[in-house]
Amino acid sequence: MATIKSLEDLKRAREEALKKRELKASSGTVQVIVGMGTCGIAAGARDTMKAILETIEKDSINGVLVTQTGCVGVCEKEPIVQVILGENPKVSYGKVTPEIARLIVKEHVVNGKIVEKNVIQL
Amino acid sequence: MRELSLHLLDIAENSIAAGAKNITMSIEENSSTDLLKLKVIDDGRGMDQDTVKKVIDPFVTSRTTRKVGLGIPLLKEAAEACNGSLDLSSELGKGTALVVTFQNSHIDRMPLGDIPTTFLNLLVSNPFVHWIFIYRINDKEFFFDDEEIKTTLGDVPLTEPEILKVVREIIDTGISEVRTKNN
Repeated sequence: MATIKSLEDLKRAREEALKKRELKASSGTVQVIVGMGTCGIAAGARDTMKAILETIEKDSINGVLVTQTGCVGVCEKEPIVQVILGENPKVSYGKVTPEIARLIVKEHVVNGKIVEKNVIQL
Repeated sequence: MRELSLHLLDIAENSIAAGAKNITMSIEENSSTDLLKLKVIDDGRGMDQDTVKKVIDPFVTSRTTRKVGLGIPLLKEAAEACNGSLDLSSELGKGTALVVTFQNSHIDRMPLGDIPTTFLNLLVSNPFVHWIFIYRINDKEFFFDDEEIKTTLGDVPLTEPEILKVVREIIDTGISEVRTKNN
């Protein structure tokens, strides 16, 4: 699988990522959590997460941790995405289509501006 | 769910919820036997036989102590509609193995769908699981073991854009090579 070439690429990518992370270190960490229970997956969570990862890759956004969680108990609002920006309280979004997911990454994750119209209370 | 790769994602979530440290997911298509075989094998906490029965057929047993979803029964139904079967074996403290087969050419067989995205999502969002992904068509195989990648990365997360690109390309290329070599 991982050929010598891809491992070399990976090492180079690691160095690059490390440099950029150092520059960003002061602004704190960002965590993005996607609900991946059966309800989330059935509602389209996989493509929501795909859109988040694609945006991170395309826009070269460093220092974001993308993780997943199971069903959080409000299946009718799936796909659910939660964002934790540094020390700030967790913000939850509901019915996050890939399009809204891209918006959340660009606005909230990058600029710190909450996408109010998609916020839900858990 | 309209794609088998979504079902696989759903099944893997069970393994993650069971605290698995090692998860192997494989997809094998064989044209001489006309079988499509999907497997998810984990070393999570496992289930006793009562629970296995309940997970497969939640409406038949009387036990009400545990909440179980519909992911596995739906997949079983889909497999049986295509002359296939679903086999779930589990041992407490050891882990669980789920094997699903389909008649590959069956008209009702759900498409596999976006396999690379299923693999990448699981890998990236569950960094503490050791993942092995296998996609095989006849004698051509893509074998992905994340160990080497994680050793190389050390404490740099997979979600850094530079890393995501390399890893996504390894998975995309691996899967498309298996497909083109069989055409």
